[in-house]
Amino acid sequence: MYRYIISRILLVFPTLIGAAALVFLLMRLVPGDICLVRLGSGGTSFTQAALTACHAEIGIDRPWIVQFLDFLWGLARLDFGKSMWSGKPVVVEIATRFPISLEVALMATVIAVALAIPLGTISALKQNSWIDLVVRTFSIAGLATPSFWLGIVSILIVLDFTQAVFGHPWMPPIDYVPIWQDPIRNLSIVLLPALTIGYRYSAVSMRMTRSAMLEVLREDYIRTARAKGLVRRLIINRHALKNALLPVVTVIGIEFAFLIGGLVVTEQVFNLNGIGRLMVLSVQNQDYTLTQALVMVVVTIAVLSNLIVDLFYAWLDPRISLA
Amino acid sequence: MTLEVSPAPAAAAVLVDERGRTPRGLWRITRTFFRRQPVAAVGLVLVLIFGLAGIFADWLAPYSPTANDFAAMTEPPSWAHWLGTDQLGRDLLSRILYGARTAFIVGLTSSIIGGLLGLVIGVGSAYFGGQIDLWLQRVIDIVIAFPAIIMALAIVSIFGTGVQNVILAITIPGIPRCARIVRSSALAIREVPYVDAARALGYGHTRIILNHMVPNVMGPFLVVITAFVGQAILAEAALSYLGLGVQEPVPAWGLMLQGGAEEYASTAPWIAVFPGLAIMLTVFGINLFGDALRDVLDPKLRDR
Repeated sequence: MYRYIISRILLVFPTLIGAAALVFLLMRLVPGDICLVRLGSGGTSFTQAALTACHAEIGIDRPWIVQFLDFLWGLARLDFGKSMWSGKPVVVEIATRFPISLEVALMATVIAVALAIPLGTISALKQNSWIDLVVRTFSIAGLATPSFWLGIVSILIVLDFTQAVFGHPWMPPIDYVPIWQDPIRNLSIVLLPALTIGYRYSAVSMRMTRSAMLEVLREDYIRTARAKGLVRRLIINRHALKNALLPVVTVIGIEFAFLIGGLVVTEQVFNLNGIGRLMVLSVQNQDYTLTQALVMVVVTIAVLSNLIVDLFYAWLDPRISLA
Repeated sequence: MTLEVSPAPAAAAVLVDERGRTPRGLWRITRTFFRRQPVAAVGLVLVLIFGLAGIFADWLAPYSPTANDFAAMTEPPSWAHWLGTDQLGRDLLSRILYGARTAFIVGLTSSIIGGLLGLVIGVGSAYFGGQIDLWLQRVIDIVIAFPAIIMALAIVSIFGTGVQNVILAITIPGIPRCARIVRSSALAIREVPYVDAARALGYGHTRIILNHMVPNVMGPFLVVITAFVGQAILAEAALSYLGLGVQEPVPAWGLMLQGGAEEYASTAPWIAVFPGLAIMLTVFGINLFGDALRDVLDPKLRDR
């Protein structure tokens, strides 16, 4: 058991270093030069000396291997350096945009769970009924709907609705305020994006809940519980759902790590200044340090949530550690 | 030891009518298929509608997908323009028909290439095991944990936008996901006695892999690549919407939602609604079909 845990934890490092190497290489293969963009963006002409000075300033005149080792050393000390584009510390750049993305992601998760678990359970209990059919169609449609389109359509609906009800169209505000400062304004910014992401997210978890429930409901201990005359609600809540939720929690955990992919487009639709948009901007600006840091943050979240899921499983199911 | 992955008997069972007969003739096969697999049939019909629309867009489209008509900008749906026109006076129906072509080209190409490479890597990794498997799995871990959007962004920035590079940007992150699923099925097959028997008979690796391993992972493989087609169409739409995918003047659904669609959404909602519906219905059809395919190919799931 301990051997499994230790080897599983040690496996995290090669993945992180590999991801670091991959982003480092990818960024340097992208043609272009951030210094040309920085110096030329004002429309002024510049000298070769200025360009060389700029290269030296941000350190991209050094050999790749030196730059890479420097990047790794920075990672080890949790020092991401300064953004090559804005000159501000990368940590500051990310920290100012992280709250809104995190809030959307968390709220999307809450919405997904609130939809998925009841609907998935009902669907399993009423297998092959019309309710099952409706729930399954709803979830397959969730997987098929592009989240950005859902975003556009939901804005459209809000506009038309407010036009009809209040006589003038209303658009959600775009400048973020934390929920503790102005909850209503905060929610009016975050709710729609969270709904559009949450719907898709719920589709995956709903399908998982349904199939896990169906599997558990066929177990002997459910039959035993029924035979001893236990109330149906107790059987479902205490015996079935509790056991069926394990794979669902796994899916929710893994999907959470990949929410960032959904955030990039959704933030674009809703004009949110989160880390999804920052990611696109930083790649387009050739901002090596910022892109590398963002990728490492996302990869670390993904790798850690996988690790937690794996360890959680090993703890619950002792057979795994033997494999 | 799971041997249920073998698709042959299960696939045959799909097309047996109520009296246990296997139907003959296209009409009867179709009728039995619709009766036995109504969900898959609905999916297949949706996929066929959009697939045929893409193939025959040249004949079906009433207008050129790129022709501007400044006398008919943002016109609502009418007899002249069934789905209306966009902000440049282009006929939306024609653009959606041609967009289907782009979507299917990207979806099918990337899923076939990505799926086949994933199959080779997955089966190879499971078959050879040991160090090869260990290293391949680490590489797969890295690529799966890596944000696909960054990879796609980088690929598009390196090679430029356009259909081919979009395919590349979608295929590469898809390979390890496919390889992982194929590998897990192939691991079970590897332990089956007939693989040992084949090895004892002195068959070469290629022969064992192609004749004994690959046919037995076909079930999960087909399910994975079907899902891949839908994912690829969604990814293409997202990339094109972000301006990183297919570029004007090529008609593509994601591109149709960019720019104009948001700007004119309140006055001309049809510009935003119809291309999205096309994406949704196509992927919906593919998913329905894929779900039914999974139920058929995986007998363990059939009762669920």
